[in-house]
This record gives sequence, structure tokens and C-alpha cells, in this order.
Amino acid sequence: MDALDLARWQFGVTTVYHFLFVPLTIGLGVFVAGLQTAWHRTGKDHYLTLTKFFGKLFLINFAMGVVTGIVQEFQFGMNWSEYSTFVGDVFGAPLALEALLAFFMESTFLGLWIFGWDRLPKRLHLAAIWAAAIGSNISAYFILAANAWMKHPVGYEVVNGRARMTDLWAVLTNPTALAQIPHVAAAAFVVAGGFILAVSGYRILRERGVTITGRRTAAGGVGDATVPLRRRTDMWRTSLRGALVMTALAGVVVAGTGDLSGQLLREQQPMKLAAAEGLARDTAGAGFSIVPGVEVPGLLSLLAAHDPGATIQGIEDIQQRYEQQFGPADYTPNLPVIFWSFRVMIGFGMATVGLSVLGLWLTRKRRGPRRGRTAAPVPVPSWFARACVLALPLPMAAIIAGWLLSEIGRQPWTVQGELLTAASVSPGVGLTEVAISLTLFTVLYGVLALAEAVLLVRHVKAGPETPPAPRDPAVAEGSDTDSGAAPLAPTLMY
Amino acid sequence: MTTFWFILIAFLWTGYFVLEGFDFGVGALLPLISRSDAERRQVLGTIGPVWDGNEVWLITAIGAMFAAFPAWYSGLLSTYYLPMVLIVAALIVRGVGLEWRGKVRSGRERALCDAGIVTGSVLAAFLWGAVFGNLLYATAFATVLGGVLSLSVAILHGAVFVTLKTSGAVRGRARRAALFTSAAAVPAGIVALPSVPGSAMDVPSWSASPWLWACALLAMATLSAGVALVWRRREGWAFAATALSIVLTAAALFGALWPAPLPGLTLAEAASAPYTLTMLTWIGLLALPGVLAYQGWTYWVFRKRLTVDISPH
Repeated sequence: MDALDLARWQFGVTTVYHFLFVPLTIGLGVFVAGLQTAWHRTGKDHYLTLTKFFGKLFLINFAMGVVTGIVQEFQFGMNWSEYSTFVGDVFGAPLALEALLAFFMESTFLGLWIFGWDRLPKRLHLAAIWAAAIGSNISAYFILAANAWMKHPVGYEVVNGRARMTDLWAVLTNPTALAQIPHVAAAAFVVAGGFILAVSGYRILRERGVTITGRRTAAGGVGDATVPLRRRTDMWRTSLRGALVMTALAGVVVAGTGDLSGQLLREQQPMKLAAAEGLARDTAGAGFSIVPGVEVPGLLSLLAAHDPGATIQGIEDIQQRYEQQFGPADYTPNLPVIFWSFRVMIGFGMATVGLSVLGLWLTRKRRGPRRGRTAAPVPVPSWFARACVLALPLPMAAIIAGWLLSEIGRQPWTVQGELLTAASVSPGVGLTEVAISLTLFTVLYGVLALAEAVLLVRHVKAGPETPPAPRDPAVAEGSDTDSGAAPLAPTLMY
Repeated sequence: MTTFWFILIAFLWTGYFVLEGFDFGVGALLPLISRSDAERRQVLGTIGPVWDGNEVWLITAIGAMFAAFPAWYSGLLSTYYLPMVLIVAALIVRGVGLEWRGKVRSGRERALCDAGIVTGSVLAAFLWGAVFGNLLYATAFATVLGGVLSLSVAILHGAVFVTLKTSGAVRGRARRAALFTSAAAVPAGIVALPSVPGSAMDVPSWSASPWLWACALLAMATLSAGVALVWRRREGWAFAATALSIVLTAAALFGALWPAPLPGLTLAEAASAPYTLTMLTWIGLLALPGVLAYQGWTYWVFRKRLTVDISPH
């Protein structure tokens, strides 16, 4: 273990952790904005209840995304000063633009949204949540454009040992970025969709008084027993359906752009592609192992080149070519990690999207007995609600695996073909310092992850706030000061 | 172009110091000026809608340094490694505390959030001053003095902000807190501020950079004026004075860091190529007025004083 290894571990730990929250922020923000829009358009109360319920989950999660993002921006300079000095001219630009064009918008308008329920006109308040949600998505664009440049540097020249930008437009429209951005953004919507499915599924089971394992609880369902069960689960059916549509649509985008990324890999990062399959030698008509031992002939060539007979470069041959081009070194990344990440990403991702398509079919509107009339909505089957809850980890595992594939597969380079990871680390920072910071962040993150999980679970279990009952002035007067708050703005604030 | 970007980055840092300065102060004062949970909500409500946007000034300043002066960015952060670790950790604890406070259930959990807010605010406010103090004079005394100055001025600035934004008992306590804090802030300022311009010179001389001296001395004067105005209960003017004092301090600080922001590194060496700076300038000039406008508008929306009763829940 030296400072380089620890610095890599720190980057890995903090980035993976950061990326547990960011996809939820990206997808959930848009979903909440959509719910509020529905409330604005229809005036139906249950949309408002859902907006506030999911808004609260969104905010609990948003906090973590923000604070863990600060670490990211600092640690390039702290642990990777050689890298930062080499790439800053190019890589720094999208980061600065991200802060200026996305973060200000996201944080300012979110503040307005949280505290503006009874202070802003309705329409402006709706615009605030959209501005915040759009801000998160813009930030994804810039950071992924910066990340894509590391894998496929464009629009630059190297002068005096530093990269200099020659074409900002080329950096912002890097083909690698244009394939990667919709891929990651859509994957974020799949993750958020999976989260909403799990929450809605859980609420439906709870209203029915069924546990995750299928047993009936002794107490029966929660909620107001005078309201028919159908009516109580209707609201969760709405959010479930919304998430199903979101997940299925995003799934199509993920698959399409994933295919595009695969083809770019063949040209730009052949080592990553070879590592993902464990392909040792240049092979025409390369096959694809679903798992080791189960191989579909020609499939890898078909996926990566849209030609079952195309030649895919192999690890050992690329290693030889790189040695000739860049000098002797080990250019092979960690093979087992990449091989399995690739499969987890595709398998778990497809499973989530498959679940959403199944759900759409199960809850489809069926034609009524007479033409043109639709029957009442079909209730969500309990077994499907249970499956939604159990599937929660799948999309999260898939998106994290995708990042492991993407970033570990880039090794040993920080900038493909230009700068090695070993040459990127801060020369003046010692083992002890990195060890201290790695330990501190790991412990802090561990504690906060636990706290966030507890908060989320608790709020999902508690369910939405009951709409404020008309207040009896005689009772409200002289009671403790807490109940004196404005009734419309509970819990989203302090 | 290099000079322009240095000024722009100094502007972003200044905005950060002024805006998050009072956020830190409010956070640090939380247990001292509130007696009940309702009052704590009232105090935090003053910064609730804006603190996250204020923090983006830091993110933007750091991002702009990365883009415009990569070697300055990487040199500063890797040299001050452990302080930066602590600053980031402090900002994390503080941010999570602020966001989660309204979403936890028991009083004990709320107390934990409050502890995070207080610790994070105090630590971050102290460390920024310590880092920049150390950057000017690499001595333990300058480091501690810088930290004491930034922490005490932040608390003073935050206390004045609370007097401006609240009514009732909290407002009176915040006023007294401001007066108490001035006992630390003013002496620290009198010792620290006049030595800022001299740090860049072998032999401190008035004639070498009169503007720098003017900034440093005016920073001292406005700081004292701020205290006097609190005494006279002119809260709006007092806030303007403490804010102006921070602006002038930052101006003197960045003036002293020009043209060598780190020992052995000049801005010219650290700078990105003219193409990058030109492109970023155009985008920045187009976007910045918009950002300033909507952030300013936020303050306008939440301009009302908070009482205990209508304090957001």
C-alpha cells in the first residue's frame, strides 16, 4: 500500500458513495416536479400529497448528494495535483461551468421551493422545482462531458507537458460524452424509478395489511378504515404507474445509448472492451459469455461492431501494441472486476426494466364490457408490489457496476493515451495524510449512510402527512408553540 | 486576461466570505441565542432558504481556480491537505445537519443535528481564516490569528444578520452576542489586518501599494463602525458595514496574493491558455448577471423578519 493506492481507494469510495445519491436526485427531482405539475393542472389533492411525500424523500437524499459532491471537487486538487495541473486547462472548464450554470440554479431554486410554499405564487413555485430539477440534469451533462474527456480526449494539444484546450465545442460535443450522457442520465431515471416502485409497492402492501413475506399483519391495514381500501391504494397506484412509465422509457434510452457506447469502446478504449469479455487475443467473430462457460458465438462482435464476423482486439495483443507505442508498462486493468461489473450492469439493469414492462402490462387499463368504456383500474397485485420492494437494490447495483466498468476499465490511464494514474497523484502528499482522510471520510460516510437509510425508511413507513384538519381555535390556543406553524408547509422545512 | 481571471476568482471568494460568513455565524451562534426549539427554528429559518446557494460561491470559486489556474488550484489544495479534509468534513456535517434537522423525529436527534451545525460552522469559519493567514505568513501565530479573525468576524456578521432578520427575544440576544463578539473581532482585526499588505513585500512600505493599505485600514474602520452601529441599533447599516469590512479584507488578502498566489508560483505560470480563458469569460459574463439576479431575488422573497410564531416549521 502506498499513497497512490490509498488515493485511488479514496476516489473510488467517495465517488461510488456520491453516486448512490446523485441518480436519485436527478430522477426523483423530475418526478416530484411532474407530480406537482399534475396537481397544478388537475387540482386533485392526492397529487399534492404525493408531491410532498416524495418531495421529502427527495430532500433527505438531496442533502447527501450535495455534501458528498464538495469532496469530489476538492479531491482532484488534494490527491491528484499532477493530474489537475496537467488537465486543468481542459477539464476544469466543464467543472467551472457546472458550478456556474447548474449548481447555483439547483440550490437557489430548491431553497425557494422548500420555503416558498406559502410565499410564492403557485405557478412560480412550480417553476422553482422544475428549475432545480433541470439544474441537476445540467450538472450531469457537464460532469459527464469532463469524465468523457478522460476516456477519449479531444479538442486539445499538449504544450510544455500540459494539456491546452483548442476547441471547447469539441470537448462539449465529444462523441464519447454524447453517448455517455444520455446513458448515465437515463440510468439515473431507472434508479429513481426503481426507488419509487419500491416505495409505492411497500405503501400498497401496508395499506392492505400484508407484510413483505406475504403474511397478513394482525392489525390489518393502516389508514382510515372508513375509506374503502381501493381508494387508499389508488394514490400509490398512481405513483407506481408513473414510475413504471419512467423506468420503461428510460430503459429504452439506456439500452440504445449503451449499444452506442459499446461501439465507441471498440475504437477508443479497446482494452476496456477486451477486459469486459476477458478476450485474450484479437478474435474475428468474438463470442460473449453470459456467465463463464455459457458463450454465445459472435455476439460480442455483433454488439460492438454490429457485425458478427468483426474482429475484436484481445488483451494480450493490445498490451503488446501499447508497449510499442507508449513504452514498457502493464496496460491491463483489473480483469475480474471489469468482467463481472459488465454482467451485473447489464443483468440487473435489464431485470429492472423488465419488471417495469411487466408492471405496465399488469396494471394496464382493460376495456370495459361496452366499446369505448374502460373499466375501473386494475388493482396492483400484491405479489408484484412485493417484487417491486425486493427489486430495490437491482438498479442501484447496476448503475454502480456501470461506473466500476467505466472507470476501472480506463486504468492504468487517467487520461487515455496521455497520462498514467501513477503519474497523476500529488507528489507532496504522504501516506499518512491520505490514510487519515480516507479513514475520516469512510467512517463519516458510513455513519451518514446509516442515518439516511433510517430517515428514508422511517418516512416511507410513516406515510404522507394527513391533510391538516380544520383547527379548533380553543385547542390550538395555548398549546405548545410547535403547533402554531403554518399548516401548508409541514416538514419540508425546519 | 490572467489579471481579469484573478480578479474574478477574488470576487467569487469575496462573495463566498460575505454570504457564507453570516451562515457560519448564525450556525455558530445557534445554541447561544435561542432558548427553545421554536427559537432555534426561527434562527435557522433566517438562513434556511439561502445557505445552500451561498455555498455554491465556494464551489464556483474552486471550479474557476481549477479551470483558470490549474497549478494554483492543485497547489493550494494539496499543500493544505489536512485543513482541507477538515473543512470539507465540517461542511458535510453542517450541511446534513441543516437539511435533516426538520426531518428527524426526537429531540435527541434534533440536538445531534444542531451539534453538527454548530461544530461544522465553527470549524469551517476558523479554518478558512487559518489557511489564508498561514498562506500570508507561514507562522503558527499568523495561522491562529487568521482563524480567530475569520471566526469572530463571521460570528459578528451572523449576529448582525440575525438582528436584521428576526424579531422578539432572539433579536435582542443576537444584538448582545454581536457586541460581545466584537471584543474578539476588533482586536484581532487591529492586529491582523494592517499586516496583510506587508506579507508580499520584503520591506513593508506604504508607497509600494497604497490601495492595499487603504483596503486593510478601511476594513478595520468598517469593522469598528459595524460594532458602533449595532450599539446604535442601526441594524441595516451595521450589516452593510460588516459585509463591507469582509469585502475589504478579501480585497487586501487577494491583493497581497497577487502576483504570486503560492510561494514559488506566479499567476502567469499557473494560468490556463488564453483560448480557455477567453471562452470561459464569454460564458461567465453571460451567465453571472442571471445568477446574481435570481439569487438576489431569493433574498427579496424571504426579506421579511421571522417571528417565533410564523417561523417555518
